[in-house]
Parts: sequence; structure tokens; C-alpha cells
Amino acid sequence: MEIPYVVQPRQDTGLYNAKVGIWLFLASEVMLFGALFSSYIILRIGAAPGEWPVGLLNVWIGMGNTLVLITSSITVVLAWASLKMNNFAKFKVYQGFTILLAMTFVVIKSFEYTDKFTHYEVVLQDNTIYDGHLKERTPTHVVIHGHKVEHGRHAEGEAHGSKTPHTDIRIERAQIKKMENYGPWHNTYLAIYFTLTALHALHVIGGAVVIGYLWGPGSKLWKTDPERFTNRIEISGLFWHFVDLVWIFLFPVLYLL
Amino acid sequence: MSDHHAHDAHDFQHHVRRYLFVFWALIVGTIITVGAWYVKLDSMALTVAIALLIASVKAFLVAGYFMHLISEKKMIYGILAATAFFFAGMMYLIVWGRDQVPQGTIHLGSRDTFQTPGSPSKAAH
Amino acid sequence: MQPTTTHSHTHGAHEAHHEPGFWQKYVFSTDHKVIGIQYGVTALFFLLFGFLLMAMMRWQITYPQKPIPVVGSLLNAVLGDVAAGGIMSPDLYNAFGAMHGTIMVFLAIVPLAFAAFGNFVVPLQIGAVDMAFPRINMVSYQAYAIGGVIMLVSFFIPGGAAQAGWTSYSPLASWIPGHGQTFWIIGMVFLITSSLLGAVNFIATIIQLRAPGMTWMRMPFFVWAQFVTAFLLLLAFPPLEAAAIMQLMDKVAHTSFFLPTGLAVSGGELANISGGGSPLLWQHLFWFLGHPEVYVLILPAMGIVCEIIANNTRKPIWGYKSLVYSVLAIGFLSFIVWAHHMYLTGMGTKISTFFQTTTMIISIPSVIILSCLLISLWGGSIRFNTPMLFALAFLPMFGIGGLTGLPLGLNYSDIHLHDTYYVIAHFHYVVAPGTIFALLAGIYFWYPKATGRFMSEFWGKVHFWLSLIFMNAVFQPMFAQGMQGMLRRMSDGAANYSLAKVGTDAIGGLTDAIMKSNITISHAAWALGLAQIPFIINFFWSLRHGKKVTSDNPWEATTLDWQTPTPPPHGNFVAQPQVHRGPYEYSVPGQPKDFTPQNT
Repeated sequence: MEIPYVVQPRQDTGLYNAKVGIWLFLASEVMLFGALFSSYIILRIGAAPGEWPVGLLNVWIGMGNTLVLITSSITVVLAWASLKMNNFAKFKVYQGFTILLAMTFVVIKSFEYTDKFTHYEVVLQDNTIYDGHLKERTPTHVVIHGHKVEHGRHAEGEAHGSKTPHTDIRIERAQIKKMENYGPWHNTYLAIYFTLTALHALHVIGGAVVIGYLWGPGSKLWKTDPERFTNRIEISGLFWHFVDLVWIFLFPVLYLL
Repeated sequence: MSDHHAHDAHDFQHHVRRYLFVFWALIVGTIITVGAWYVKLDSMALTVAIALLIASVKAFLVAGYFMHLISEKKMIYGILAATAFFFAGMMYLIVWGRDQVPQGTIHLGSRDTFQTPGSPSKAAH
Repeated sequence: MQPTTTHSHTHGAHEAHHEPGFWQKYVFSTDHKVIGIQYGVTALFFLLFGFLLMAMMRWQITYPQKPIPVVGSLLNAVLGDVAAGGIMSPDLYNAFGAMHGTIMVFLAIVPLAFAAFGNFVVPLQIGAVDMAFPRINMVSYQAYAIGGVIMLVSFFIPGGAAQAGWTSYSPLASWIPGHGQTFWIIGMVFLITSSLLGAVNFIATIIQLRAPGMTWMRMPFFVWAQFVTAFLLLLAFPPLEAAAIMQLMDKVAHTSFFLPTGLAVSGGELANISGGGSPLLWQHLFWFLGHPEVYVLILPAMGIVCEIIANNTRKPIWGYKSLVYSVLAIGFLSFIVWAHHMYLTGMGTKISTFFQTTTMIISIPSVIILSCLLISLWGGSIRFNTPMLFALAFLPMFGIGGLTGLPLGLNYSDIHLHDTYYVIAHFHYVVAPGTIFALLAGIYFWYPKATGRFMSEFWGKVHFWLSLIFMNAVFQPMFAQGMQGMLRRMSDGAANYSLAKVGTDAIGGLTDAIMKSNITISHAAWALGLAQIPFIINFFWSLRHGKKVTSDNPWEATTLDWQTPTPPPHGNFVAQPQVHRGPYEYSVPGQPKDFTPQNT
């Protein structure tokens, strides 16, 4: 028993099975991210005037990651084209770059995450607010590198080049009413930022694992069934482009607007 | 049929040139997006419009050329058309639904509107 | 099919002749028929389990604060204080209520209707050797099984299972202590994954693996119904997955996606959260799945009924094309009606009007389908066997369920009926005597193909008549209860609510007749449970002792699923079937027999 159209396209649809499968899967992914983007819009227009933080993220890092993903997209498509041109060595090189770029993306993203998790907002008993990165934490006091927040400028971030100079500020524990880092719990913007980017990062990692498998042990198939192998590269590539596509919208929505 | 079936190397050189063009277009698009943000336009609406317009163009390029949607089969178009319909319906109706919520209810979520005392609901008794 | 030349392939073909071992054959099988049966048996188990939860809840509704006989002490021993003295506490009632809904919808009916019947029947009916992605098919079942186990385990964790209803509205769901809701969300993520993989597989199979000559308009209606159902699952489930992720974040990362600013919790204190979220958002995303899910429950049932009616009236289905276009129309419209579940949220009148309008429109294709099936009976020489009885009963039962839905779809009347027993009666008429009858019909119908033996006709008929009577005895009185205003989530069956009355017609009070109907309903429900015993025994007994089929096509059907050996081997068909005609060519003049199979 053999399932037809695994490699060769079916005549009336012009497609092989996996091509239909991946597009259906991507259709469901569109709805998944679509629901999260809808949530973003609802949360954003629901925020009280001035409450939605703008400029919390470093645009240049985000732009760098955008370029990384775009570059990985071109290497994926060139890797596939190399197979179509029967050049396996070139495929290995291009797809190797893809995997490196995927790893670069995840590493940069993890630096961004760390930056947010060490970034604190400290509210004192007298309602003074300090904002900055945690430098030292002892049982009696904390030291943050940051600045005092003037009333109403709460949501201003660092990316626009904050005018307030940053200094080391020592705060006694007893003075602190509330101390919270910029994790997803801090506000709904960070909640949707972490959820969207973490889900996207999971897609990046998942895609990189599949591409890595097809680059390493999975590439043996090239010798026995080159057409099928090329199809697999095409399928994994389609997924990868979709991941890139999501980021194309995530970047302006989360970093710029 | 589309030129997709030609597998010879010469044909693919042509494709590769197109892919590289798309790549540079994507890079330029990213730079323009950030540039528009950097000069800080007065109008927020314009900034949003530019950013989303460029993102849409980039998405079209990726989907159209890298994912070959520009020359894909009818069946795929059908699936994606249905998806687009449901996607648009979901987003539009949810946002519109939010827009129609009467003022002074907790659905609006903001601190200001919550503090506005609403009339106590009779249905609760 | 295609000749292969490589060494590894010929080697593989040689090995395929070996009989696979038990694990390979029944547990880690990639054969669509085995997976279908796995789904079916698991789903039937959950169907029974979900029923038992409800049977215990009915005791608490009827005799509040009295120990449950027989199982009360067992509950106390297994679950601890929530069932102290064998009495169901309100918390346990809430947990059972939430899990009854969850289990029945996501673990029983959908897997049975879509995955079990779809897996077993669809590839056979389109003349395919298997599903397009057999290994993904296996993973789909495994994800479902894991999701089911997580749901079951959640009963035994401290704090018990989820208590916020199967709809899990936030902020309530995010704020109930314990980890029941977390388990529920994680279980749902597995179930959603399972459904997505299944949906991708079904659509790809139907698009790609139809036998030569099996054009779209020659597909049996059941395949069409499954095709649309798969699209609903594919596109409606991801938003719920997104919502589940966000609710999980609310629960474990203390975000405020669905928690508004100024949320007051126990004792009027403000919750320690960042706020700014929207409870309405959860409801939108939930019902964006929730409503298409209703059609996921009903469309496969309609497909099964259509097959059985065509077969047992011995005449072509009336209006095949209307059926197909209607099911497609339902598929599209089902995505833009969801907020008719939300009229009471105060989301605004314009949007209520929009959803009320689309809701009225979607009833049109549903009525077309029901009418086609009804008209198909006209002039047929009907065989009243067990499958046909269940299929026939589906028509009025679904009719009642559908028509009673209209007042709920209309904004004004829904405000009165919302969250009452009227709603329970309405959707149970659709799903219980509706879908479940169709599924039972399907089991009696395809059992001979799967096993080579018939189920007992006599006990089948006993099962049918008892079920029909008790189903109606359970759900019919609930309409009256709901119209009087009995709310659906009260653990004491509205006893306290009813005491609040000051005069016979005071608002808030319930008449004694309405309160007493609780007793009738509960006894009917328990009797309904007993009426399933003949079915359960029949199901297992017939495996070995049922009447053997004398041909591969015992019902003399036209569709391809009956043109295979019995039971169908791995790979299904002896030779590649070639399709020459439409699906329901019964009693065609000039043909030698009263049925003409699609491949002749």
C-alpha cells in the first residue's frame, strides 16, 4: 500500500499532499496570530489616554532582528533554489546560514528579554517612583541604575533618547511600597508583547529544529529520493517565510507604534 | 501552466535574481519604516499608516515571491481566500464590537471610565 | 501504485507482509480505520463518563444536601472534603458542571462525530488507501488521549477540576483558587492541537486522495459535511488557542489580558493586578470558536443521517446539490454569528442587531438541509432497521433543538431566556437526541463493516425506544423551567431561589410544579442511563456473537465504503476503485438491482 501524490503533484489540483497540508496549517496559524493581533488592538484602544507605553523597546535592536530574519528568509529560498539546480553543496551552505541566523535571532531576543526582566519600577512609600535597571539587591537595600520618574512621564521610554540622566540610586528596603520589574505582569502592553514575541520565538525555534534536522541527518534523503527531499525543503521554507511574515507585522506594531 | 515546472538551471538563475531583488526591497522597506519613525512625524495616524502600509508591502513580497503565492494553484488560493474572509471577519467584528460598547461600563477597562459611577443595575435584584 | 526501484522500498514492501505486533497494530497504528476505532472507543468512554458526572449532579439538584446514594461515599473517599458525607458541595457541583460540558463537547462528541467516523469512513468513501498523513493522524489521536488524561487527572489535584463552566469566562476562571483551570487550559491546548492536526489531515485527504472519477459533486454528503467541519476546526480553534494562552498567562504570569482595571475580589478589595484587560475579549475569542463548534457537533451528524436515510429509503437523496451548497453556506456563516451568545454582556445594540441578523440567516441553510432529508422520505420503501430509526428520530429532535434556538438568537427574547434551563434544553435537543442519536445510528450502521457482524436488531430497537422516550422526558420539561426563570448554574436546583417568592406570581419565585419537575427530569435521566446498558452489552457481545454478514455490502449501499473487503484490510481496496456515478443511485430504472454502486 502506498499513498499517492506524496512526491508528484496530483493532476487536477497540481499539488502534492504536503503542500496542501502546510498551507492548511499556515491558514490556522494566520488565525492564531490574527486572534492575538485582535487582542492587541482591543487592549490598546481600551487603554486609558496616556497609559499605553510607547518606546519601551529599543528600536535598533528590533530593526537588527528584522534584518536577521529577512536575511534568513533569502537564504532559505536560495537553499531551495540550489536543490532545484541540483547543487547540494550550495544548499548546505545557505541552509547553514539560515540556522545560524535563526540562532542569532533567538539570542538577541533573549538579551531583550533579560533587559526587561532586570528593569524595575520602584514605588516608594511617599509615592516617588524610580525607574531603572537593578544593579544590586541586598536584604536591606537595592541599587538601581536609572532615574526618578516625573509625574506624567511615566510611560516615556529609553528608546527615544531619554533626557533624564541615569545615575545609581540607592533605596532602602523599608522605603519601598512596591517594586516590580517589566515582566508581562507589569502592564497589558508588556503582557501582549511577551506573549506575541514568545509565541513567535517558539515558532522560530521549531522552524530552526526542523530546518536543522533536514540540514543534518534528514539530508540523507537527497541521495535516495532527491525530489522528495526538495519538497521537504520547500515545505519547511514555507513555514519559515510565514514566521518571517509574522515578524514583519510584529516589529512595527510592538516597537514603533 | 506556470513557469514553475521548468527545472533547468538557467530558469532558476532568473528566479534567483528575482529573489535577491525582493530581498533588497525588504531591507529598504525596513529602513524606510524605521526612518519614518525616527523623524517623528507630527501625525500619529500618518506614522501608523506608513508603518502598516510598508509592512503590508513587505508581507506581499514575502508571500508572493518567497512563498510563490504569485503563481500558486487555485486550490491554495481557495483555502487562503476562506482564511482571509474569516480573519477579516474576526478582527473587524471584535474591534467593532469593542467600539460599540456603551460608555461607563467595565468593558472599557480604563481607570477613568471605571471611576465614573454607573447607575446600579436593576436586573441584579 | 507507483512502481519503486530503490532498494529500501522493496525491502519495506517485503516487511509489510509480516503481521504487525499488538502495539504496532492497535496502539501505535497509522491505519485510519484503527485510529478511527481508537477515537471511537475513547470517545464513548468519555461520553459515559460525562453522563455519570451529570447523573450525580442531578441528584444534588433534586435532593439538595442529601448524600448521594451508592456513589456518595465513594466520591468522599476519592475526592475528599468536597464530597464530605457523600454530599456534593457547591464547589464540586461547579467542577462537575464545568467538566461535564468540557468532556461532552471536546472529549466525547467532537472526537466521536468528527475524528472517529471521519477517520473510519471518509477515506473509504472517497476511495483512498489511507489518510494523506498517516503518522500525523496517529499523533492527533495521541494528543487527544493526553488531553483527555490531563482533564481526568485534574479531578484529583488539590482544589479539584476547573469550576468556571465549559466557557471558562474570565475574570472568574482566572480567579478561582487552585490549579483546576490551569489543567483545563493545558488539556485544551492538547485537544486543540489534536483537532488542528486532524483537520489538516482530513482536508488534505479529501482534496488530494479522491479516487479517479470521484469529482466533488460525486462525493457522498457525509464527506462534504466532514470537509466543512474540518475547515471549521482548522480556522475557529486557533483563536481559542490564543485565548487559552492568554488565560494561562493571566493565571501563571499574572498578566491582565482579561482582568479589567478596578477588579474587586473577595470582600470588595481591589485585585493586585496591573489591570487594563477586557473580559469581553475572552468571550469574543471563546465564542469565535464556540459557535462554529456547534456546527462541528451537528454537521457530521447530518452527514451520517443523510447516508442512512438514502440507504434505507432506497431512493436518491432529494436535493443533493442543495445539501452541498447549504453545508457550505453554514460553514461560512457560522463564523459571523458568534456574539449571539453575548447579548447580555452589554456590548451595544448595533452589534447585537448585526449578530441577530446573521443568526436568523444561518437558520435558512439548516432548514434546507432538514427539509431535504425529510422530503427524501417521501415515496421511499423505508426499511425500519435500528440505524434508520435513530436517523429518523434525529430529524424531529434536531428540529425541536433548532426551532427553540430562534428565541435565543433574537436579542429581546434572549435577555429573558439567557442562562436558564431553556438554554440547556435547547442545545441538548440539538446535541443529545440530535447528534448523539445520529452517532448511535452511525455505530449501528457501520458496525458490520468494521467487525463483520451485525449488532442485535432487537436490543437495538429496545435501546432506541427507551432512549427516545427518556431523552424527551429529560429535556422537554426544562423548556418550561427555563421560561419561568430557573437559572442553569444553581447547585441546589433553585430551591433557595424558589423560597424567595412572596406570592404565587412574584418575580424570582418558581411554582411548585416547576420545582417538582426536577424530580421527573432526574428520574428520566437516570433511566436514560439504564437504557444505555442494552447498547453497551450489545456493542461488546456482538463483536463475537453477532450475526455474521453474508456479503461485503450487507445494507446494499452505493457508496465506496461498502465496496471493500470486510473488515477492510490495511490499504482498504482490493483494486483501485474507479468512480462512474453519483453517490445515491438507488432504484435507478433499467439497472439490474435497486442500488448501483459508485464504482460500477
